[in-house]
Amino acid sequence: MRHTPAMLHVQDLSLTVPIKGKQVTAVDRISLTLEPGRVLGLVGESGCGKSITAQAMLRLGEYQGVLRSDGDILLDDQSLFSMPENELRKVRGGRVSMVFQEPMTALNPVFSIGSQITEVINLHLKMNKDDVQKRVIQLLQDVGMQDAESLLDQYPDTLSGGMRQRVLIAMAMAANPEYIIADEPTTALDVSVQKRIIQLLRSLQQQKNLSMLLVTHDFGLVAELADDVAVMYAGQVVESGTVEQIFDRPTHPYTRALMGCRPEVNEPGAALPVITGQVPSPGNWPTGCHFAERCPLADMMCQESVSLDAWAEKGHQARCVHVDVASPETSVSEIAV
Amino acid sequence: MTVLKAESLSKNFRRGGLWGGGSALKAVDNVSIDLTEGETLAIVGESGSGKSTTARMVMRLIAADEGSIHLLGKDISHVRGKRLRMLRKHIQMVFQDPFASLNPRMKIVETVGEGLRVHQPKLSKAERRARVAQTLQQCGMDEEALDRYPHQFSGGQRQRIGIARALIVEPKILVLDEPVSALDVSVQAQILNLLKEIQTQQNLSYLFISHDLSVVQHIADRVLVMFAGRVVEQGTVTDVFESPKHPYTKMLLAARPIDYPHERTGKEEVAEVSEGIANTGCAFRLRCSHVQDDCAGFDGLDQSDDPEHGYHCLHPITD
Repeated sequence: MRHTPAMLHVQDLSLTVPIKGKQVTAVDRISLTLEPGRVLGLVGESGCGKSITAQAMLRLGEYQGVLRSDGDILLDDQSLFSMPENELRKVRGGRVSMVFQEPMTALNPVFSIGSQITEVINLHLKMNKDDVQKRVIQLLQDVGMQDAESLLDQYPDTLSGGMRQRVLIAMAMAANPEYIIADEPTTALDVSVQKRIIQLLRSLQQQKNLSMLLVTHDFGLVAELADDVAVMYAGQVVESGTVEQIFDRPTHPYTRALMGCRPEVNEPGAALPVITGQVPSPGNWPTGCHFAERCPLADMMCQESVSLDAWAEKGHQARCVHVDVASPETSVSEIAV
Repeated sequence: MTVLKAESLSKNFRRGGLWGGGSALKAVDNVSIDLTEGETLAIVGESGSGKSTTARMVMRLIAADEGSIHLLGKDISHVRGKRLRMLRKHIQMVFQDPFASLNPRMKIVETVGEGLRVHQPKLSKAERRARVAQTLQQCGMDEEALDRYPHQFSGGQRQRIGIARALIVEPKILVLDEPVSALDVSVQAQILNLLKEIQTQQNLSYLFISHDLSVVQHIADRVLVMFAGRVVEQGTVTDVFESPKHPYTKMLLAARPIDYPHERTGKEEVAEVSEGIANTGCAFRLRCSHVQDDCAGFDGLDQSDDPEHGYHCLHPITD
């Protein structure tokens, strides 16, 4: 595969995890590219493999339980999978940093806010003590905290959920990262706080020309922040394209059905279009198209495995052999019977 | 017909102070609810607004410090013990987390059938089993589910089981506390459809607690907006969503995520933290765009002449 440097690539990533004593594929040959200055939304429902993919990128969390991984994660052509732990530690929180869902658990309760941000700076940047202090205050101001100085000596339990999430974002920004992996960064927050965190992420991303992987189940968040989108279903990317392509012309029957069943795009009170059945769990995926057993368009052809570029148009791809039937003229409600 | 009427409910929780002392937190302050047969009344608000506490007081799961509750015309404010248990036939609850609210060691037939043991003790085991199967079927579950345990089901299926458990005693009212918040979008759609269907079939009344405005707009007839323990606005969903009067309601509506990327507003400024709640007067005045001097002395009463659309604000939004 040919690509320019200064990009973060997930290349043909497959992950095998233990489920009830069996080795089961949880992520099936996923490829993603984080381009400079762009936000890639990785969207899907629970169990589709989006979170473990994000964690695998820095060999974190759930990834520790992975039995086997195939493919690679490349940062400027350097493999993060074969990188020794001590070198990867410099990348983590340095060139590539993270913002997670639970601001309650991601901060250490026994260290002050100031010392936790200072630690990140000292780990990655060479600065004298005074400059570090100034930078910590600047970072807190950048994330909209008034009175940043008085915050330095406070502990996480004195802050609200929204303020903790701001502190986490300040920590993620501390070492001037090029890439941010944000896993459901607003899910645990109240609506009004959510909106402010979205605004904050967008303004930081634009100012610093960051490249961001936004992992979420929420199409609203994707609509707010993403430039590009990859939709995951049962361990695979089933559709990818720019955010406009995905919202203006959702093409895979799953994407179409998922976008169509949101209450906000339906008449109040009307029956919502639904996807019949449920997501097959890892280990129970069909051999062909993973969505086939729930898809109204499925036929014999869907029993063969389908590649992501089975349908492609100007960089917009869908893992479906029946896109001709699922044309924009077919309404979403006809698809989601 | 009014099936549930709660008047001036208040609840204080004590915070801080290991041996008493500490200060009182007004979790719910003077909240009244009127629920008529067959309608859905939603209570919306952010965390800490008192919406779940209100629901729990109405269910008599926690005691109100002040106020009264009438269920089907009877004052149940002080009913206790067995009589209270019998009243629960009429009002049942569905919880948010289908993973935490089902006993993991009980088979589905036992969990769902439990209510029948209390309310129809004369049923034989076989009759009870048949009723459970029938109710599960109404909720879109096969008979196969009967002898399984909760861990064998997905989140959506567990929520169906939770709804079946509430329905089996044939209540008039369901109190639903964030019933779809823990579910994926596609599963949420299935459960919302199910709730609508059952409501139409059985003419049920729903008290629907949620922080999700899109879900509320979809399912509710009327809505009550809470902030810091008080009602700030109430009315039909159409009135409140299309012409909000209280600045807090307006802010909440504006904070909804957009539906399509072309609705983005362009370059963003970093919005500063604004989370203050005032202890006196209007609780929202510290972050209100309409605030004036007299808001500090506001008594929190409804300022509207329209009984169908109330707002508790001295300087409401006029369009």
